[in-house]
Amino acid sequence: MNDDVAVGAQLPTATYELSREDLRAYADASGDQNPIHQDEATARSVGLPDVIAHGMLTMGLAGTVVADWAGDPTRVLSYVTRFTAPVVVPADGGAVVEVAGVVTSLDEAARTAEVTLTVTSAGTAVLGRARALVRLA
Amino acid sequence: MSSGSTVTVDESFQGRVYPAGDPTPVTADAVRAFARAVRAAHPVHHDTDAARAAGHADVVAPPTFAVTLAQAAEAQYVSDPAAGIDFARVVHGEQQFRHHAPIVAGDRLVAELHVDRVRLVRGNAMVTTRVELARADGTAVSTVTSMLVVRAPDESGEVAR
Repeated sequence: MNDDVAVGAQLPTATYELSREDLRAYADASGDQNPIHQDEATARSVGLPDVIAHGMLTMGLAGTVVADWAGDPTRVLSYVTRFTAPVVVPADGGAVVEVAGVVTSLDEAARTAEVTLTVTSAGTAVLGRARALVRLA
Repeated sequence: MSSGSTVTVDESFQGRVYPAGDPTPVTADAVRAFARAVRAAHPVHHDTDAARAAGHADVVAPPTFAVTLAQAAEAQYVSDPAAGIDFARVVHGEQQFRHHAPIVAGDRLVAELHVDRVRLVRGNAMVTTRVELARADGTAVSTVTSMLVVRAPDESGEVAR
């Protein structure tokens, strides 16, 4: 990222493959051991089609895209999202999460940029109104 | 379940504050494991020397790491049977982080939990909590806001657990 940041500038897109093993790693790293993220029977018993990724894992992956663009993760000042659909992770084949971002506003005085993220899996938006405020270098 | 099912969430919890307890240490291993899980490869998350070169005492947490500390604090409320939250029916609605200072390995952080809003909407409940993370000396680190939706039991499906 540099001083040439302009409204409409696109962030590099990223594609993340997620397996059940990745969900276990996030569960262990985050402490969120809700079985809907690991056990098919539990997921189905609450009306889900299969095991789903932690919403916070999806938000975390998209946050990595913003932090990588910022060049320094501590420049991510704030970050907000809604969770609009689950990322379904079958045992066979896993899931793919795609992240795109665009600069939607700039505050020259405060030296900050607002980034709006589009995050999809299997063609469905899984995050909604996902925005981050980034301090410019 | 009968028609008109509704959640059992107790609205009187709105406004409650759970004071900060003992500090939780942030370890370098926890920062690295979280960074790996969210594919954050920046050296400041993994390499102590790189973090020090960037002006930090040790490895730096990714932007959403604070949720691990916040969810532990939120459990005081959402796991309280009196609050009436059936966790099998909880869906994560929204999440927000506002960072005031980086979280760095070696930090000892305290978490103050606020139940900002409990609202019943068409049989569902929307519960907003806010966790204020700070160093033991009072320095604000992160404000972590979560909105959970507690779904009413549906009429056709089995009630989980």
